[in-house]
Amino acid sequence: MTAPAPKLEVEDLLVGGAEFRVVDKVSFTLAPGESFGIAGESGSGKSTLLLSLMGMMRQGLQHIGGSVRLNGLPMMGQTDAALACVRGSKIALIPQNPATALNPSRRIGAQIDEVLLVHSALNQRARAERVLDLLGRVRLAEPAVTAHRFAHELSGGQVQRAAIAMALAGEPEVLLLDEPTTGLDVTTQSALLDLLVDLRLRAKVGMVCVSHDLGVLARLCDRIGVMYAGAMVEEGPLALVLARPGHPYTQALVASIPRLSTGGLPSPIEGSPPALFHLPPGCRFAPRCALVQDACHSQRPALSWVEEGHKIACLRPNMAPKPVAHRPTTACAKGAPLLAVQGLSVSYAKQGLFAHKAPKPVVEDVSFTVVRGEVLGLVGESGSGKSTILAAIAGLAVPTAGQITLMSKDRTADLAARATDRPLSQLRSIQLIFQNPDASLNPRHRVIDLLAQPLMLYGHVPRSDLRAKAADLLSEVRLGAATLDRMPAQLSGGERQRVAIARAFAANPDLLLCDEITTALDVSVQAAVLELIHDLARKHDVAAIFVSHDLAVVRAIADRIAVLRNGRIVEINTAQELCARPVDPYTKSLLRSVLEIPT
Amino acid sequence: MVAVLLERIGLALVTMVIIAVVVFFALDLMPGDACSVTLERGASDSMLAACHARLGLDQPPLWRFITWAGDFLRGDLGISMQRERPIAEIVGWRLRNTLILAGVTSVIGIPLALGLGVLAGLNPDGPLDMAISGVAIFAMTVPEFISGTLMILLFSVVLGWAAGVVTIGYKAPAFELVKASILPAATLIFILAAHILRMVRASVIEVMQSDFVQMARLKGASRRRIIWHHVVPNALLPAISIIGLTMAWLLGGVVIVESVFNFPGLGRLAVDAVADQDLPLVQAIALLFGFIYVLTNLGADLLALTLNPRLRARRR
Amino acid sequence: MRVGRTPFALPQVLRDVLAQGSGRLGMTIVCLHLAVAVAAPMIAPQDPAVQDAGAMLQSPSWAHWFGTDRLGRDVFSRTLLGGREAMLIATLATVIAMVWGSALGILAALIGGRTDALVMRFVDAMMSIPWILMVMLFVAALGSSSAALVPVLGFSYGLSVVYLARAAALDFVARDFVVAAQIRGHARWSIALTELLPNVRDSLAVQGAMQWSWILLAVSSLSFLGMGVAPPTPDWGQMIADARGIMQRAPWALIWPMLALSSLVIGMNLAVDAWARATGVDRNRRVPGA
Repeated sequence: MTAPAPKLEVEDLLVGGAEFRVVDKVSFTLAPGESFGIAGESGSGKSTLLLSLMGMMRQGLQHIGGSVRLNGLPMMGQTDAALACVRGSKIALIPQNPATALNPSRRIGAQIDEVLLVHSALNQRARAERVLDLLGRVRLAEPAVTAHRFAHELSGGQVQRAAIAMALAGEPEVLLLDEPTTGLDVTTQSALLDLLVDLRLRAKVGMVCVSHDLGVLARLCDRIGVMYAGAMVEEGPLALVLARPGHPYTQALVASIPRLSTGGLPSPIEGSPPALFHLPPGCRFAPRCALVQDACHSQRPALSWVEEGHKIACLRPNMAPKPVAHRPTTACAKGAPLLAVQGLSVSYAKQGLFAHKAPKPVVEDVSFTVVRGEVLGLVGESGSGKSTILAAIAGLAVPTAGQITLMSKDRTADLAARATDRPLSQLRSIQLIFQNPDASLNPRHRVIDLLAQPLMLYGHVPRSDLRAKAADLLSEVRLGAATLDRMPAQLSGGERQRVAIARAFAANPDLLLCDEITTALDVSVQAAVLELIHDLARKHDVAAIFVSHDLAVVRAIADRIAVLRNGRIVEINTAQELCARPVDPYTKSLLRSVLEIPT
Repeated sequence: MVAVLLERIGLALVTMVIIAVVVFFALDLMPGDACSVTLERGASDSMLAACHARLGLDQPPLWRFITWAGDFLRGDLGISMQRERPIAEIVGWRLRNTLILAGVTSVIGIPLALGLGVLAGLNPDGPLDMAISGVAIFAMTVPEFISGTLMILLFSVVLGWAAGVVTIGYKAPAFELVKASILPAATLIFILAAHILRMVRASVIEVMQSDFVQMARLKGASRRRIIWHHVVPNALLPAISIIGLTMAWLLGGVVIVESVFNFPGLGRLAVDAVADQDLPLVQAIALLFGFIYVLTNLGADLLALTLNPRLRARRR
Repeated sequence: MRVGRTPFALPQVLRDVLAQGSGRLGMTIVCLHLAVAVAAPMIAPQDPAVQDAGAMLQSPSWAHWFGTDRLGRDVFSRTLLGGREAMLIATLATVIAMVWGSALGILAALIGGRTDALVMRFVDAMMSIPWILMVMLFVAALGSSSAALVPVLGFSYGLSVVYLARAAALDFVARDFVVAAQIRGHARWSIALTELLPNVRDSLAVQGAMQWSWILLAVSSLSFLGMGVAPPTPDWGQMIADARGIMQRAPWALIWPMLALSSLVIGMNLAVDAWARATGVDRNRRVPGA
């Protein structure tokens, strides 16, 4: 029996510019009704690949070679007008950021209606009915009301569902999903994935899903392809690839994902992805590969079959990798209490010339202590108040009630509400690391200037010794002394975050406040940062409060975990106990929503 | 929505109060006052004192301000020193004339600018854009008095199509004034349209790059649909607030253009008043201009509110 | 507190500016004008104030290269010297405007909250009065003099600088590195200087150059109306006003000052455009609404 004709065929696709390649000879096919996932970190070219499936190129990129065919029809090299009849009707996109992908000045209903207007022959009444029907199918409450709203009036989850409805309107045969759950809360993400799985079953559409999150792909896809530096390095059935990854990159990638069930620090991948302009001859991954041989540097391996349905691009596929064991965190010595938070409450009032809004409580009656040298994890969804607690401890948010007490080596004192009112010794003891390293480093300062500020302010280090001391700090975060003279723009995201960590340690603090510091980083880079924080904190006997929305990440690094909901702590326990035997129903639902990769 | 409306109106009123305070006290702080500049140098102290008493300048500043403001609101703008007539009388006709000039300029200039801006932005760096932008840049760099003078040179001296300088009196019927305002309005339109056009063009270019326009392409919408339903509405919305700001420029430009063309409006009156050092008159005109600007801006703000759904909800 | 200087690449920026056609043209024109303005008293062939009753309204000749005006004065010399006073006023006023405008704008952005709202309300109100009427108020009271023009223009144009400096600073104020500096314990003025200024510097430089050209035009416009540079000091705006009535009979008296002023402004605009492109400043930033 012959297999049905593939819906989508990509053959040796080459996309890039004059001197660089973003998508480098990628090929795959999509059978009707099949769901294919494309995994990769930033810079892998996966988003560009997805857009090219619709014949769309981003500014500055060109189609250089290869082809994309939908039902046998070529998609590359066509004008917008020629592709207009296919786009939205046969193949539709669910965008990464639905809030910006919707016209801000037209109502939701009108934009879904637009797809029907362009692609179907229905009259106005029939279209209106269809719109309501679609909004109902994506499980939006009160479809009529939602259709009348504007994009900015909906929540993140609602707007993503509206985007799904818009994509389904044309009754496509292939659905493209670009990071479908980015920026969504864990529970919202879980509900959305349920919806997508259900829709796929009913509508029998083919799917191509791009995500950096293997957990998401595990829920949605039958087959998976892994991309690295523009090339597809492994392709095969999802369960197989994740359970027994063949390519060293896939193995390393899977090993760098934190596991909720076992805990322990994930293993990072040494080095960083190659710049698109300086692609090494031979295998892209060779500089970072643990199994590298001489031949790997000169010869670029092609995707070749290793077993049924499973392809790998490696000269030496390792089909029996060692089982992934995450390094367990070293037990923290039971230390003296360092920070006591008692009955903390914070609310935000609106500022302006006529401030008359009632203040909203963001944090309500929160109490906990942090012991010297321990890592306390704060987990919660957006709006739970976790970042606000850090802000209050750092002196950025003024509490409306409660007390924060710092017990340093020589004296115990209550922390003043504002950072500007605190003595230098207190400011030195508590250091804050921010989420986004692009924003937390002054783009006009060199790395040495950035490190010099705390060294001079807290350590009174004389100018002559600054360079040496700064180089020491950098070596602790595993960066070379050459980085001292670079500007932040010349460093990668992971390197910038390391500089931010070095800057925090330059003050010789007692307590480190980490505000979603790995959320903006790739998974493999995240693993490196987690390992760094853990090792440095143990080495210097520094306590840390680690805030994240990702329970698996917190489990990897924290000794104790506090779960926050709507500004209150609902449960606080050791990491192991909390994850194994949760008490509070909210904690249980959070644990259920975490996407684990089947192994 | 009502709350936002009231807030805007409230802010406008506050602004007007601040303008009144500044205009009044700016002159107060300077050496000399209405009396000392009008009376001859070397006037005796008793003459000065008598003049002060007559004009009420010997009262404490705050009281003077309140009476002055109160009078203004009742329509009594004070007495012109030079012409010795109530200012309200002098200003009334000329206000009408200036409003006619500003009106003609806006009614023709704004739609023209919006249209040209959109055309230029749809094909950036294309031949149409180069032509439009080139002329716009030229218009923005050349000051009003030069373009006005060139207009007279071109249309009156060289071509002889229109009389260069306006000769009708300030009380002439409105229709005559509209005819007379053609060349001055053309000068103002030249520059006003250039400013607005550049902003609209930039807005169009930005919107063309936005995510939702790309999404519309991916939905299979035709280019025409994309332009009319997605690009134009979103590109023009911010233009409305810009139009409000350009009005301030327009009011300033009116002063110069009226002088170039001898148009009998508020601007030319102001210039004459300055030459005569007629302080109460200059003050009154400054205040009027400020109020006109605030009201126009308020109008633009309210228009933006009705058209832009995002502004209606109070910022969360 | 910085250890090393951030590499301020002025030579690099100049090179980028001159690499562009518009940059080369603009810089050439501007430099030419500046050179002429500085050297004018020495190279002008005739005394610009001398009125020769017998030589009124003469067309260009060997004696008078650009002809003479209504009062028999040499147009060439007057054109060479006509920009000096205006440029001087513009330079001084620009410095005042940029200093006070940037300081207030950056601090308002940094302090935020009610103070910021109050400052912006005040600035908005002041900007509601067209600059020319502000100047006219002062001229009416004090009489027209260059000395009075500098502070008044500096104040008026400083208002729009407050707006722009604040907008530029606001881009950065919310960023974490400023917050980080605040919780490190640095004082506000130190943060404004060390953290914010290097980031808004480029934007302000472009703004400063544009302000200079606008103030120059403002001075010329005022001179045209008789409120700016007072005779006998020659000034382009003044010359254009004088020549208006006789433009049919003596177009040369009108055209040369017009060309001089227009070429300087156009040159300045081209140079600033190229500079903005070289330093990555977005000139088309929409002025933020209230």
